[in-house]
Amino acid sequence: MALPPPDPQFVLRGTSAAVHTLHFSCGGPEPDIPLLFSGSENGFIHVWNLKTHRVDSALDGHGRKSVYCVETMGGKDRLLSQGRDQRICLWDLAEGRTSVTDSVFTEHVGFCRCSLLKVAQGRWLMAMAARSLEEVQILELPSKTSVCTLKPEVGAKLGMPMCLKLWQLNCDSQPVLLAGYEDGSVVLWNVSMGKALSQLICHQEPVMSLDFDAEKAKGISGSSEKVLSIWSLNEQQNLQVYKTHELVNAGISDITIRADKKILATAGWDHRIRIFGWKKLKPLAVLDYHTATVHCVSFSDHSNPRERLLAAGSKDQRISVWSIYAQT
Amino acid sequence: VCFIPGGLDCSISFVSHVLGKVCVHGRQKEILGVLVPHLTDLTKSDCIWQRICWRLVECVPDRWMEAVVLGFVQGAPGADVLSRLLGNLVVKNKKAQFVVTQKMLLLQYGHTTAVLQNLLGYLSLDSLRRTLLLRVLQELLETWSSSSAVKHSPAEQQLYISKAILICLSHLKEPEIESCRQELLTSMMEGVKCHLDSSLPQLRRLGMVVAESISLKINTEGPVLKFEYEEDDETRELKSLLVQTPPFCVVPSLPDDNSSEKAGAALPLVPESNEKPHTAAPVMPDEELDAELDSDDDLTPYDMSEDKELKIKAPVYIRDCIEVLTGSRSEDVDKWEATVKALEDLVRKNPAATREVSVELAKILLHLEEKTCIEGFVELRQRAQVAVLTTDPIPVAKYLTSQFYSLNYSLRQRMDILDVLVLAAQELSCPKFHGKTKHSGVQKPCIQLLPGSDSSKDWKRIVDERIKSKTRRFDMGQSHVELASRPNEFNSVAGHFFFPLIQHFDRPLTTFDLLGEDHLVLGRLVHTLAILMYLAVNTVAVTAMGKALLEFVWALRFHTDSYVRQGLLSCISSLLLSVPTERILADMTEELLETQSWLGDVMEKDPDGDCRRLALQNLLLMENLKKKLEAVPS
Repeated sequence: MALPPPDPQFVLRGTSAAVHTLHFSCGGPEPDIPLLFSGSENGFIHVWNLKTHRVDSALDGHGRKSVYCVETMGGKDRLLSQGRDQRICLWDLAEGRTSVTDSVFTEHVGFCRCSLLKVAQGRWLMAMAARSLEEVQILELPSKTSVCTLKPEVGAKLGMPMCLKLWQLNCDSQPVLLAGYEDGSVVLWNVSMGKALSQLICHQEPVMSLDFDAEKAKGISGSSEKVLSIWSLNEQQNLQVYKTHELVNAGISDITIRADKKILATAGWDHRIRIFGWKKLKPLAVLDYHTATVHCVSFSDHSNPRERLLAAGSKDQRISVWSIYAQT
Repeated sequence: VCFIPGGLDCSISFVSHVLGKVCVHGRQKEILGVLVPHLTDLTKSDCIWQRICWRLVECVPDRWMEAVVLGFVQGAPGADVLSRLLGNLVVKNKKAQFVVTQKMLLLQYGHTTAVLQNLLGYLSLDSLRRTLLLRVLQELLETWSSSSAVKHSPAEQQLYISKAILICLSHLKEPEIESCRQELLTSMMEGVKCHLDSSLPQLRRLGMVVAESISLKINTEGPVLKFEYEEDDETRELKSLLVQTPPFCVVPSLPDDNSSEKAGAALPLVPESNEKPHTAAPVMPDEELDAELDSDDDLTPYDMSEDKELKIKAPVYIRDCIEVLTGSRSEDVDKWEATVKALEDLVRKNPAATREVSVELAKILLHLEEKTCIEGFVELRQRAQVAVLTTDPIPVAKYLTSQFYSLNYSLRQRMDILDVLVLAAQELSCPKFHGKTKHSGVQKPCIQLLPGSDSSKDWKRIVDERIKSKTRRFDMGQSHVELASRPNEFNSVAGHFFFPLIQHFDRPLTTFDLLGEDHLVLGRLVHTLAILMYLAVNTVAVTAMGKALLEFVWALRFHTDSYVRQGLLSCISSLLLSVPTERILADMTEELLETQSWLGDVMEKDPDGDCRRLALQNLLLMENLKKKLEAVPS
């Protein structure tokens, strides 16, 4: 007899706007407070204290335009946020400061979240959608120098890039970018050479979100239709469809694979969060708490596995935090 | 008939005379049935025989030429045979030319498609005759594009001319099309306009098919004219005429269409099945399965039985529905959609609440436009309107009929009003419990549940069932099928539906002129009145309605649009069927006599076949009335 799905461990209220992005920062040693960063539609980034479940500080750096991406850069003191004001801001949050140290003017008017990859101590690569319709630009941070611009060939008609993921197999290998586009295809780009290695049509509708497991060379993408597509990367760096999974209701906003590669979570337009096993995409749970479309899901980076959490932000202005499959 | 070959001169004019005389007496089939196959064989390769044949027909005296030519054209198995037999007769002989190019094409319309193919094919096979072909095409197009011809000639003749035009087009070569491209274009534009103006769907379709074909021929590159219409056998046959099939191919092209459709359908399936193995190839090998099984077994799934399709909840109260439908919040489109889908049921389940806001609801529904793309939006809206109208007939009927004659409505909206009135009248006058089905299918022979809203009737059902369960039946016998009866709800409101519609038909508004351009709406109005009249049988107002309807019909009886005339004749039928016989004969005798003479006229002289048939039906109904009266002992 299967157990009913668990309730959220706690719910964070107080953003007073739809929540578009979440990022945990709980990996620090003991005196450090576990934090959750959330970006909202009203332009604020809230820093939640996961012990007190209250907002520690609210960052206002995007001119009240919606913030749709937040990431930390090596610890909770440095934050990167991307907003609809066409800017990416770098924050310095050490010692209680809340100031923007630098910003990049992307000129991108879409909703494509940028992707960060640490390549060396103090150096990151950031992939972001650029001004021109189909292009993705790779910048090096914090120097903000352009590494390359990835342009699809003329007549490819991929549309806007919708979601990006920069990764590298290990520290010595080349960084590669996976980009999902408006026409439903996922393209694998070689960053250093700036050219496409493989393209796969995964969906009939735009790819809304994707995530990739570098160890198993398998990835998953979700779209506005009812299908989740799982694809793999073979030795020749070619993308192939592995399997597809049909959902009950159409529309996925976000997908994320947990760090231990055992489970993944999807945020759905049908207000539900779904948990799947990553090995065989076995449906594990459907978490039905929110009353409006769920925009983002994120797993925490706790060093103690038992404390791991899953957070989901929704249009109903609430962030639900769950403890699920933390025992494994 | 034997002929001496060789270089001897012989006169065969007497044979021509015989042939002509026989044909003119109506024996074309017999004599040509024997003659034509012989001549076909003989003229196949022998030039002398060909010339003899030509002399034969040329020598037929003028007064019998028509019969002979007609016989040959009908009897020849193909255009090439006809060409061999007749030669350039049409060029040399004026009478023959008249018969072939004018009489058979423009003055007669009873010939089959095969005959048309023969005739026009014959004209196209020789360069001397091709000028005639072009002239024929011009004249056909003139007729096709003339608005008075479209309005007044019978549908069969229009079909015949359309076929002829298409066959001519199929014979034209590039340089010829070049030379008359401009004329073709002009005729096409004018003709399409007249045809689309017509109220009869068959004529509209004819116009569309011919215009598309002309456009195809004159625009070899670039976009061609394409209409949207339902394909049926007639249109398929017409389109098949555009392509010339090789001779002796009598098989119609319809089986070809089917087989090519099947071939086309088979093709998409093949690439799909090719894709599947391609994607199935990188399936994980079996060895991995065992290793993975262990780690996945750790994670036990939770109960996911609640995970169903997301359904947006529609509002439960009528007033909430009104708020959603009139609300300007464009974000709540999901709720709007759910409301539209749920509205009919809500109205029917809450009659009291609906009656409070009926006119407002009717107004909203009349002006409701499709905000998002719902399947079957038009039907949903119509059913909701019918539900509102049947729940509160009098005020809503008053509102709708007044809006029918108001300014600033589109023709579509006015016709929607008429449709809704008819559907509601049908529902009100039929003894059914739920207006779910528009047409009564098989009446279910069982005790139906009485409408649940009235609890006072429920007790009867409960008592009945209790009695049934307690009594032992020894012999069921034949189960009595008793259709439970209900008072005729249409009785009290028939007048409210009918009279306002009939009142203002002759008063033109700036945007709406029933007697002028908007004869399509007039046609629909007349048909609506006929249906309302028919449904008003056994109501109190039926006699008054009948009188008013007779006057209305009398005023419009000479209308030029055949759709309107068909409607008027249906009105007379409904009248004769609905108004009780005694009342007809008591109150409407003189009018009926006048109508009878008008009907006789229509039956003989009306160009439209359906009108003639309806007029005959009405006369028969009147005869039956008379007989019924004579049968009743006074």
